[in-house]
Amino acid sequence: MPRAFTPKVVTASDLLEGDVIYLTADDRWSRDLAEAEVLTDEADAQLRLLFAEQQPDKLVGAYLADVRPGDNGPEPTHFREEFRRTGPSNYHHGKQEAQANV
Amino acid sequence: MYKYSEFDSAFLAERNRQFRAQVERRIDGSLTEDEFKPLRLTNGLYLQLHAYMLRVAIPYGTLNSAQMRQLALLAEKWDKGYGHFTTRQNIQYNWPKLNDVPDMLDALAEVGLHAIQTSGNTIRNVTADHFAGAAADEIADPRPVAELLRQWSTDHPEFQFMPRKFKIAITGSPNDRAVTKAHDIGLRMVERDGEAGFEVIVGGGLGRTPMIGKVINDFLPRADLLPYLEAIVSVWNQIGRRDNKYKARIKITVHEHGVDEIRRLVEARFAEIRPTFKGADQALLAEIEGHFAPPVFRKADLGAFHTAYDADPVFRSWVDTNVTDHKVDDYAIVSISLKAHGKTPGDASAEQMRVMADLAEFYAHDELRISHEQNVILPHVHRSELPVIHAILQKHGLGTANIGLISDIIACPGMDYCALATARSIPIAQEIATRFEDLKLEHDIGELKIKISGCINACGHHHVGHIGILGLDRAGVENYQITLGGDGTETAAVGERAGPGFSADDIVPAIERLVGAYLEQRDSAEETFLQTYRRVGLGPFKAALYPEAQANAA
Repeated sequence: MPRAFTPKVVTASDLLEGDVIYLTADDRWSRDLAEAEVLTDEADAQLRLLFAEQQPDKLVGAYLADVRPGDNGPEPTHFREEFRRTGPSNYHHGKQEAQANV
Repeated sequence: MYKYSEFDSAFLAERNRQFRAQVERRIDGSLTEDEFKPLRLTNGLYLQLHAYMLRVAIPYGTLNSAQMRQLALLAEKWDKGYGHFTTRQNIQYNWPKLNDVPDMLDALAEVGLHAIQTSGNTIRNVTADHFAGAAADEIADPRPVAELLRQWSTDHPEFQFMPRKFKIAITGSPNDRAVTKAHDIGLRMVERDGEAGFEVIVGGGLGRTPMIGKVINDFLPRADLLPYLEAIVSVWNQIGRRDNKYKARIKITVHEHGVDEIRRLVEARFAEIRPTFKGADQALLAEIEGHFAPPVFRKADLGAFHTAYDADPVFRSWVDTNVTDHKVDDYAIVSISLKAHGKTPGDASAEQMRVMADLAEFYAHDELRISHEQNVILPHVHRSELPVIHAILQKHGLGTANIGLISDIIACPGMDYCALATARSIPIAQEIATRFEDLKLEHDIGELKIKISGCINACGHHHVGHIGILGLDRAGVENYQITLGGDGTETAAVGERAGPGFSADDIVPAIERLVGAYLEQRDSAEETFLQTYRRVGLGPFKAALYPEAQANAA
């Protein structure tokens, strides 16, 4: 039996800045995982990934990343995605820095 | 130091112009990422976990003060105010934006620096002994040869699309500080009957299949170097495994065919191409050697040095730990530690880079080196200047007296930055350094090299660490494997895996138990960790690492 499909988001790197971005339900690219569209249907997820891959002038390396629902939107299930949505642990740089400046 | 000729400057300007146009075409959509990626990689531009990363070559680890200041400028103007010095004598910027990179490359070109062939399946930055030209044990300065290799390999038409990357290291000293046996080609300068030549080592490497290099030629006459290296790379370029990325490095080719067969093929190829080298390379080498004339060493009174050494225990500790004998009396080699306890190994702020550039310019014949151990070297310092240099370093967080000690840790960027990493390296290095600083034990422990990699590609050289730590992803959790007894010097050895890995929380206590076992086992304070390990073997260390297993077996 094929493994059950787990919830995903479409994520990539922004072409100009290299920053981590997420696809939203209204076809925008957000820097904030909380805004990402959670995909629970496999066929739908593949379509959304194709939609992302058709925007090579905006992004690089789109893929589907696992998430689980949380109080403030999707949360990463793996530590690699946790670092991608936060930034490095040795300096307060990257997304954590940007969020602190808001 | 090598100074660019008009040809070099024009070549680099043209290359940068081409890359600027390639970036523009990527941004306007005329190039896809698949088309652009090999172009950006061969110009040192990666896309990492949070941002682009620009890897700038520091050829054979040598910089002057103007170049170091320019590296500081790049850090400030286009990055977040710091740079990361790597185990390949490069510097990496972790936060550049794509459309700034052409300007960064132009700024580098102003001081004769570039990012060419710091990535991709090419011959990479040639690394050298960081004490080159200064070491007391040196036969000759290896850097003119390294510069010749840089010029030969840059844009070499035969070697731009090889099975995989290719790394060459060179040393002019019998004491190998350049890890030559863990490179695709390692060159050791040797003398035979008064003639200068090279011992050529081939097929070393770390990564997922660590191998100690094998001697393919125990005495290669100096003038045969380029045709012989060209023959090696050419043979591998032809028979190297292009079917499997993980078997593509020359270490696998040498392993599969045997060094004797590789030698036979190389000799045959060498016989074909040797006649095409008609001496232009040797004329060029002679010219390059002129650029590397030693500085005019001076005489000065050592009274102030002795006074400070006798009076100031902090200065004395720093001299004893970070200062190495120079080939010239009254001179010294200063290693500036980029491993302040709790800081990121290999990182320097723009301000620190400028301080080091100033020290080099005012006190050290305008020369700096970057070591593969991620520290900065002032290779030519008159001992009378040591007190003032130390005082300035201390003011800027650069005075840590820990070279070669447990907190002088090599760590790759790991999952804090690297897209390939499977676990973090930097926080583990920070915690180990802080822990042993708290224990005030590191000078008592003595020479101990800990090297940490955040994945099996082994950028952190963990295989050749006395204690190696490899970070892995075990079922979605960071896990750290320990290897023991590795050695990156002329007595090179790959470390032995100690047993099951440890969680991020358990790895530092595990290292503490290992060190405890060493202190218990050593026969005197003079016996280093590696010597003790070689004498007593894995047993006592394993028992210290896994006390539960011991208890269960009892």
